[in-house]
Amino acid sequence: MAPLLQRAQQLAERRLPSLTRYRRAEKLPIELHRRRIYIVPTGFGLGFSVLLLVMLVGALNYANNAALLLTCLLGAASAASMLVAFRDLDGLRLGHIRAGHAVAGQPIELTFAFDSSRLRQAIRVELGRDATAFAIDAGAVVHLKLMMPTTRRGWQPLARLRVWSSWPLGLFRAWSWLHPEQVVLVWPRPEEAGPPPVAPAEDARHMRLLQGDELAALREYRVGDPQRHVAWKASARHDNLLVKDFERAQNRPQWQLDWRRLDGLDDESRISRLARWVNEAHAQQRHFSLWLPGNIIANGSGPEHYAHCMNALAQLP
Amino acid sequence: MKRVPHPKGTVDAPIDSRAFDLLSATLALVLALHASHLPWWLSAALALILGWRWWQRRQQTGRVPAWLKLPMLALLTLVVIAWYGSIFGREPGTALAVGLLVLKLLESETERDARVGISFACFALMVALLFDQGLIATLVVALGLLPALATLRALQPARLPSSARRTVMSNLGLLFAALPLALLAFLLVPRLSTPLWGAPSPRQATTGLSDSMTPGNFTELLTDDHPAMRVSFDGPPPPADLRYFRAYVMGYYDGRGWHRRPPDPRRAVAAIEASASVSYRITLQPTRQRVLPTLDMPLQAPAQAQLQPDREVLADKIVTEAISYAATSASRYRLQAVLDPASRQRGLQLPTGFNPRTHALSAQWRQRFGNDDAAIVRAALALFHDGGFRYTLAPAPLGRDSIDDFLFSTQEGFCEHYASSFTVLMRAAGIPARVVTGYQGGYWNKLADYLLVRNSDAHAWSEVWLAGRGWVRADPTAAVRPERVTLGAAAAAGDQRDWYRNDWLQDVRNRWDVVNRWWDQAVVGFDALRQRGLLTPFGIRDTDTGMLGLLLAISSVLFVALGLGWALWRREARDQLRAAMHRLERKLARRGITRRSSEGPQHYLSRAARALPAQRHELEALMNLYLSLRYAQDHPSTESVRAFSVAVREFRPLDVVK
Repeated sequence: MAPLLQRAQQLAERRLPSLTRYRRAEKLPIELHRRRIYIVPTGFGLGFSVLLLVMLVGALNYANNAALLLTCLLGAASAASMLVAFRDLDGLRLGHIRAGHAVAGQPIELTFAFDSSRLRQAIRVELGRDATAFAIDAGAVVHLKLMMPTTRRGWQPLARLRVWSSWPLGLFRAWSWLHPEQVVLVWPRPEEAGPPPVAPAEDARHMRLLQGDELAALREYRVGDPQRHVAWKASARHDNLLVKDFERAQNRPQWQLDWRRLDGLDDESRISRLARWVNEAHAQQRHFSLWLPGNIIANGSGPEHYAHCMNALAQLP
Repeated sequence: MKRVPHPKGTVDAPIDSRAFDLLSATLALVLALHASHLPWWLSAALALILGWRWWQRRQQTGRVPAWLKLPMLALLTLVVIAWYGSIFGREPGTALAVGLLVLKLLESETERDARVGISFACFALMVALLFDQGLIATLVVALGLLPALATLRALQPARLPSSARRTVMSNLGLLFAALPLALLAFLLVPRLSTPLWGAPSPRQATTGLSDSMTPGNFTELLTDDHPAMRVSFDGPPPPADLRYFRAYVMGYYDGRGWHRRPPDPRRAVAAIEASASVSYRITLQPTRQRVLPTLDMPLQAPAQAQLQPDREVLADKIVTEAISYAATSASRYRLQAVLDPASRQRGLQLPTGFNPRTHALSAQWRQRFGNDDAAIVRAALALFHDGGFRYTLAPAPLGRDSIDDFLFSTQEGFCEHYASSFTVLMRAAGIPARVVTGYQGGYWNKLADYLLVRNSDAHAWSEVWLAGRGWVRADPTAAVRPERVTLGAAAAAGDQRDWYRNDWLQDVRNRWDVVNRWWDQAVVGFDALRQRGLLTPFGIRDTDTGMLGLLLAISSVLFVALGLGWALWRREARDQLRAAMHRLERKLARRGITRRSSEGPQHYLSRAARALPAQRHELEALMNLYLSLRYAQDHPSTESVRAFSVAVREFRPLDVVK
């Protein structure tokens, strides 16, 4: 059933461009207005109208005017709820979108900032398989987090976002497409396992010796810290684990990650190996530099440096 | 903000406790509305099931297992069949529907279940109106939509928390917004002139007059104060002692009770000479009888009704719905001045072998007064007046010779005892007499100038035939209890009334009847005939179905356009702060402190503070707030702007000190 519907939808979009004129991406901010909000009855709405019809015929047949009045009231309230559903969406504004970081194959977190000049409730947003609902007060901004699946590294356009609401009674569904013109950068997926980078003076004993001498400070444990750096005695006096910080020691051998040394591999394998190394270097808080064709990134460390390198890897042709 | 746990198939998402509570409340209301016509034990059992299920789901969510549900379902069906004999028809169908609705709650766990339950509950609410379509019932049922709508709202995800009052208000708002369209549709939906399927089953034994009268069968009627009819007169109403509404004339006595003779088509309508007449219009509640009560003594039959030989008015069809008819009656008259022998014989009929002491008394009177029939009538009325008779709605039971027992031993009873015994006395004395039943009295409603006659105003009196005067009304009850005639049945009953019939309450209810009358006329009585005459003021005499459909379509489009206008209307995202400042300027300008075009807010408000020294602190506070909101921050928070506008709204400038 679902694939059939999907094909029908694709056909409709091909054949009826006017119906789907908002298929093309548009610039942010996007404000929903009447020409792009569609209203259809929900399944419950259809069932309810059948019920109203039965009630109408019953009331007419028994010539019972009170029952007829009740039926008319219920019917008119249902019709009015359609306008309320429309008004729930009309004027909703998508201000901006912030993308998180994700490697290919993992969903990427997107933060949508919706704002509105009036109160709206029970607005639902669907992005692919992920869906969420929100309410927004007058003049407020709602940050909505949704996950978008990714398949490959590089720039990726945003999928269409469906915004809909069946507020207040669930009888009618007002919906609209949001297709912001925005691309998100997906980082390459690091390889599972492989050789370590050839680093100069990679000598564990030597390193430990040096580290022992130049302990700079204690800091809180972060995921990825080697277990042997944990300051067990100091940690026992604290709530959290403490780690001996060697960052400032600057004595760990830095890695020079170089595209050219990975000959014998195709481009994507090189990228995924480099990505793994960058990850490892970041996890070990090592300083590293990255040489890529057309992009040489100098020695550095920290989250920004890491993101810079991953972005560079992601954007390789 | 909350994440929907079942993003795709939202209909399968379990409902939260708030939605379930509201669903239970809706069903409880439906059950309460139907309780009056369901057997009490069924209502009690269903209420018990409902309460138990509500409690059970509070402890732990989950459906009730099938082994518990299915036997209940089977039991419900069996019980309905056993009690009503069938599952078809209005009463058994309703019992089954309400039962199924309550059982539906046992398996209501998901949104889909809740929606099905609510739809069904709406239907059950409508069915409740098939039993009682009075104003109060309709209002209560319409209010029953509120929990139903609130349940539907509670099924929506991501609602902002709102108080119960706000939920009620928003649902009421929806209903009120829908009301104009609903009223229009109500006016214009073409009515059926004949029902599509079986006419509604007759209402079970309504209290009302019947065409026979045995002692005691008025008791129920006299304690039922539902409206029987409403009468509006052209001109002033007749005085209280002339408000006799005639329904049945009973001429056949079998020793126990009085019966109406089957109509004889060969007999002509009794001739009448009228010297004063009254015109009026009666709106009669459904009686499931053919008789149309008319003021004593009807001159002509209303449309679609026939005058019977004894001047009863019978409609061509049984009155199943409230009807309205105009009639003219004679207030002073001479009926059947010449009595033919057959009529005379009918007027003297008595069974043999009953009531020997009554016959003896009549014979004694005849002997004493000779041929003076009027004197015998006076003697009988004097007997009732002075003979120690008591008016009571709970008289002692009577034996085989019921008239003898009543006249000489129990001496207590109400109108039908008096009318019956008086008529028997007259007949035994050789004076043609008969019993007439109908209504007497009523409440004159000054607000709308009409007479409200209740079932409890039912009455029985006698007519005797006197030479030269024809049939004359004689009311022996009036001889015993004159208040019965001048003040009404309630006054006559004295202390025998229930607590809820005390005077002020009765008075309130009588006045409130104006609204009931309006509802009955405007809504309940709006039938196919009235609908056809809808456009008469606009020169269209007969509005047919096509015309109605066209009107409905046009006006629906009009309403849709209005609604769309509302939906598309967007308040300009205006500067709230600026608007509030403008309001403050307007308020001050009314006191003569106008802002000059070149004047800044600080200068202006300082000047205002000097001009209004009594409010200096207030104005300075407003000024400081405005300046900090306007100039100290880029985006002032909505709350503080709102606080400023509230402060401006509450500011009342006093008079200026010059």
